[in-house]
Amino acid sequence: MQNETDAQLRQILTDVLGLKPGQADGFTADTGLFGHLPELDSMAVAGLLTEIEDRLDIVIDDEDVDGDLLESYGALLTFVTARRGG
Amino acid sequence: MGATTLEMIESWPCPLPGGGTRDELALRLAAAVGLERGAQVLVIPALFDEANRMRRLSVEVMRRLSASGVGAVLPEIPGLGDSLADLTRQTPGDWRLAMLGAARHFGATHVLAIRGGALIAPDGLPGWRYAPVTGASQMRQMLRARIVAARELGVEEKQDSLMAQGREAGLELVGYRLGAEFVAEFPGLVVNADSPMRDIAPDLVPTPGLWLRAEPGENAAQADALAAVVMMGITAGDAA
Repeated sequence: MQNETDAQLRQILTDVLGLKPGQADGFTADTGLFGHLPELDSMAVAGLLTEIEDRLDIVIDDEDVDGDLLESYGALLTFVTARRGG
Repeated sequence: MGATTLEMIESWPCPLPGGGTRDELALRLAAAVGLERGAQVLVIPALFDEANRMRRLSVEVMRRLSASGVGAVLPEIPGLGDSLADLTRQTPGDWRLAMLGAARHFGATHVLAIRGGALIAPDGLPGWRYAPVTGASQMRQMLRARIVAARELGVEEKQDSLMAQGREAGLELVGYRLGAEFVAEFPGLVVNADSPMRDIAPDLVPTPGLWLRAEPGENAAQADALAAVVMMGITAGDAA
């Protein structure tokens, strides 16, 4: 079951990674991101975070951006959901 | 495309801040023979790494303009891309002067500025900005990329201290070595609100923007939409 934040986050990853529509629906909490997807280099991560900030209306501090945040889809979703106060 | 278009890499005399010129390169697409409308569009590329992700789309737009009888030229920005100029010596003012020089040399009647290219568009020419970005936003993203990369190596960096260091001595961001003056000035850049250029309404161009993409891509529907905006504007007499 996807909530709104989940759906938006999957859409952002789709846009950044150039995935086919629906492909991100297959992401589970354990799907690896940074370090697992070769196209997610540091520049792409920076773009991804900025896009998350813009579309989900949150601020991500540089201190929050560590290996754990982007280790998996589940970790990123948990962080973003918490920042949105959900 | 049915019409044959002529695509050439040409050099042009880029004006230097202290006077004189230095040759830079540009990709020029002539208007399709027999269909010439007399309009010439200066396409100002996206800046830094975004240029790589937007170049193919930019050229696809130029091909459509060319086939519709409108010439288009995509200049290199001094210190970026294939330019041989020293990036560390560039300032935003130098880039604006360069684009003004390109506009004059190629007889541009209109400008299509992509992303950060909108920040260095010459004053006075009509045209369009596609997804313009502020200098502050682009700088922040590059700083963040550096911080993410450094952290992978176990080095902690912060935006504030990097900027302070950059304003003193210059700064290397994701492979771009920027001079102190550039670092100090670039974050303050916004589009010139008094310019006759206008922003392309986001709903006119299909999403998502290719600058978001982790790897360069292409999108024919976006190129079609951008070329249509420019052609409609030219046809409606925006040049007048």
